Amino acid sequence: MKINFNINSESKNLDVKSNETLLEVLRNNGYTEVKCGCNEGECGACLVLLDGKPVNSCQVLAMSVRNKEIKTVKGIGTLFSPHIIQKIFAKVGADQCGFCSPGMVIASYSLLKENPNPTYIEIVEGLDGNLCRCTGYVKIIEAVEESAELINKRIKAE
Amino acid sequence: MFNYVNKPIEKIDGLALVTGNEFYTDDFNFKGMLHVSILHSGFAHAIIEDLDDSAARKIPGVIEVLYYKNVNQILYTTAGQGYPEPSPYDTFLFGKVMRFIGDNVCAVAAETKEIADAALKKIKVKYKRLKPVLDFEKAENSKVIIHKEDGAFPKIPVFYDASKNLPAKVEANVGNFDDAYQNSSKKIEQTFYTPYASHCAIEPHTSVSYIDNRGRLVIISSTQVPFHVRRIVSHVAEIPISQIRVIKPRIGGGFGGKQEVLLEPIVALITWKTKRPAKLSLSRKEVFKSTRTRHQFRTIFRVGYEDNGKINAFHLDALENSGGYGSHALTVLSNAGSKTLPLLNKIENIRFTGKSVYTNLPCGGAYRGYGATEAYFGFGQIIDMICENTKLDIIEYYKKWSIKSGETSPIFKALGEGKEGVAMTITSTSLEQCLDTGAKDFNWYEKRNIYGPNSALNKNNRYKKGVGMAALMQGSGIPEIDMASAYIKMNDDGSFNLHVGATDIGTGSDTILAQIAAEVLDTPVEKIIVNSSDTDNTPFDVGAYASSTTYLSGKAVQKCAEKVKAQILKVGSEILNLSLDKIEIKNNKVVLKKSGIQQERSEISFEDICRYAFYQNNQFQIQATASHVSPKSPPPFAAHFAEIEVDTFTGIIKVLNYLAAVDCGTPINITLAEGQTEGAIVNGMAYALFEDYYFSPSGKLLNDTFGKYGMFTAGDVPPIKVKLIESYEETGPFGAKSISEININGPLPAIANAFYNATGKRLFKAPFIPEYVLNILNS
Repeated sequence: MKINFNINSESKNLDVKSNETLLEVLRNNGYTEVKCGCNEGECGACLVLLDGKPVNSCQVLAMSVRNKEIKTVKGIGTLFSPHIIQKIFAKVGADQCGFCSPGMVIASYSLLKENPNPTYIEIVEGLDGNLCRCTGYVKIIEAVEESAELINKRIKAE
Repeated sequence: MFNYVNKPIEKIDGLALVTGNEFYTDDFNFKGMLHVSILHSGFAHAIIEDLDDSAARKIPGVIEVLYYKNVNQILYTTAGQGYPEPSPYDTFLFGKVMRFIGDNVCAVAAETKEIADAALKKIKVKYKRLKPVLDFEKAENSKVIIHKEDGAFPKIPVFYDASKNLPAKVEANVGNFDDAYQNSSKKIEQTFYTPYASHCAIEPHTSVSYIDNRGRLVIISSTQVPFHVRRIVSHVAEIPISQIRVIKPRIGGGFGGKQEVLLEPIVALITWKTKRPAKLSLSRKEVFKSTRTRHQFRTIFRVGYEDNGKINAFHLDALENSGGYGSHALTVLSNAGSKTLPLLNKIENIRFTGKSVYTNLPCGGAYRGYGATEAYFGFGQIIDMICENTKLDIIEYYKKWSIKSGETSPIFKALGEGKEGVAMTITSTSLEQCLDTGAKDFNWYEKRNIYGPNSALNKNNRYKKGVGMAALMQGSGIPEIDMASAYIKMNDDGSFNLHVGATDIGTGSDTILAQIAAEVLDTPVEKIIVNSSDTDNTPFDVGAYASSTTYLSGKAVQKCAEKVKAQILKVGSEILNLSLDKIEIKNNKVVLKKSGIQQERSEISFEDICRYAFYQNNQFQIQATASHVSPKSPPPFAAHFAEIEVDTFTGIIKVLNYLAAVDCGTPINITLAEGQTEGAIVNGMAYALFEDYYFSPSGKLLNDTFGKYGMFTAGDVPPIKVKLIESYEETGPFGAKSISEININGPLPAIANAFYNATGKRLFKAPFIPEYVLNILNS
């Protein structure tokens, strides 16, 4: 069945089977930046924004989100036009193997959008659904703190 | 002192990673690609009497089924090690005997994953169930023999006795342990247990294969060891090495789990047979149960010492649960001794005895720390016990008795990997400074004074606080065995292609190796274009293991870049018409060493040098290759400090603060060295407090999901301080040693010692889950 989605601000008409998850549909259509770490909603590697809210795309049936707005990490920023969170992630070393990074960036983006001034506890709660084995989370938390600071500076300057 | 190394440089793939631009194995798809699913044994020990795939083959879309009847029965080891491997050849890709729940029964390749999964349900297997061995302490004397008449054999001349379920046995003796132990005035004998663990790389194991335009087999794989994959696939799938190309794209973490050749021969056989691309990507549950794990260990320490703390006799006896197959059985076992016992090198009488046993449980393999983590749990507590019993200060104790620069340990020679080890003298250590700086920054002595089981703060308090520490060492590569190489060529804009077999699995080695080349060539890191881990167009490297890449591959890159530098200078001298002693390389140019020489042209850019070499006179390609084997494995050192709070009502241990002071020689990339340390500590902490494998009475893994397994999330992480205390290792590139493994060894002993400081009781069995902690508190 063909279904309409809005993915990273582009309207798309994609083939979807009734039992396919949003993760499968995205990956099968070239959105390989959405990663699959467990397919059980436990690692957050497949996190995307669905109408602005972060969801594990492996836990969403694609049919159920027709006409909705989906943002992957490339909808946040791209190699040639990275978002400030992505720049900071790379700068402070919050990326090691990078497999959790797309999900981590989405979680951080979503957290800072809701709450541009998070406390430490709010940051770790915001990242609670995302697993990382490489970094021990230390530099990821640092990246969120530093991103918040820069975003706030920018808001103040405006 | 340095321009491009010893700096916190951003990873060269950093932005591409965080924007989702990089490709991992599962991101590769090919037209007409088959999808592979594996049927795993549901029995811990069974013989397949018959397998009927006819119903499965009738399903439309099923293309191939691989199992013992149509796959040649070739023994190999899944351990991706150097050749000949020190692990026994005891594994068939698809055999008739199932040796653990998760062992491979057969593989189905179909047009879609859905069809392949459906076909698995139509495979009819007639099993003859055998009694399983599920208790590793009873495996050696069991009447049940796990590798019976399968022809399994050791590839190198080492002990191997399948009739006793022993894939490996190691013994090393220095001095006379028995006499010295008997004559010691004080003695400790204590047994410790460490559990299974999963690596939990977020990327599951995945392999993709296809036939290229000229009929060769290409394998893209999530591997730490592309060259070993090529060799082992050739052996198992009986395809000539010349017909195989292995490519490692970005890897989503390894930690040793991807040092195993598990999936590659399967997709290779399917593609080779069908001439169609094939993909096999494991589910998380499959990764937990059917890939490799950290070996479960029992360690027994017998130590004789004197009132002044001098250890006369030290015996470490290790029993390792290898599971169904002996992957890394011998070498992990050896490292339990060789990476711990040299730390206190003044002990004159040392015995190391170790046995690895087969059981019908999941298989062990390489896991960050590689035996050292398992042994340091007891080792670090034994030293704490000696200090406690002799009223000695543990920091001063380690400073007094630990190995120093210019010193050696007889263990280096006595205990190798399947053969005699390599004698070496320590030429770099800052362990004393690590101990001092760590203690100072952690407020160690202040906290030691306040805490303690009988302190005013802890006595009669539900929440008890304590601090504990441990000193550690590891190695840097496998001496005289592991080889790395590099190739560099110069381009006509003054940039360089750096080709390395070294395998960046998320560690950042591509960046580190670029920094090393940049330092030698005095050119920005951006000018170094890195191409790594492709068996067709990068030179050989053993791969990412044994804490070797920075130290070993880094040295190969340094040597290679030096050769290129010499060629650049030679061309520069020709153009400038000056002798070599008058010129040098500086910031992308060849320049005069000192001003004063009157000359029209006093410098020449790399760009002009390469253009000259390409097009003008005496034309040639500026290029070089270099290989490196290390004569030694210089240990990194570390001092770890933990502050914890024990809730004596619930048994929950909370880590309040953690500090690691680490000597990795020169940290080539400061950010990445810190990141390696933080990641290893958090993995080690989760291993100390939560991570374990829980089995049903029939040997089925019960906690086979992230949710049930319990790796740490961001909220579980306490404040962690990392102090890099540099030393300079003359045999490493720009003074570097290693850092990737050592820091996973600290949390077990440091937290256990902190628990003793808080409660006066000791934890002998990891993980320190609340039930166990309460049992200990109430004992």
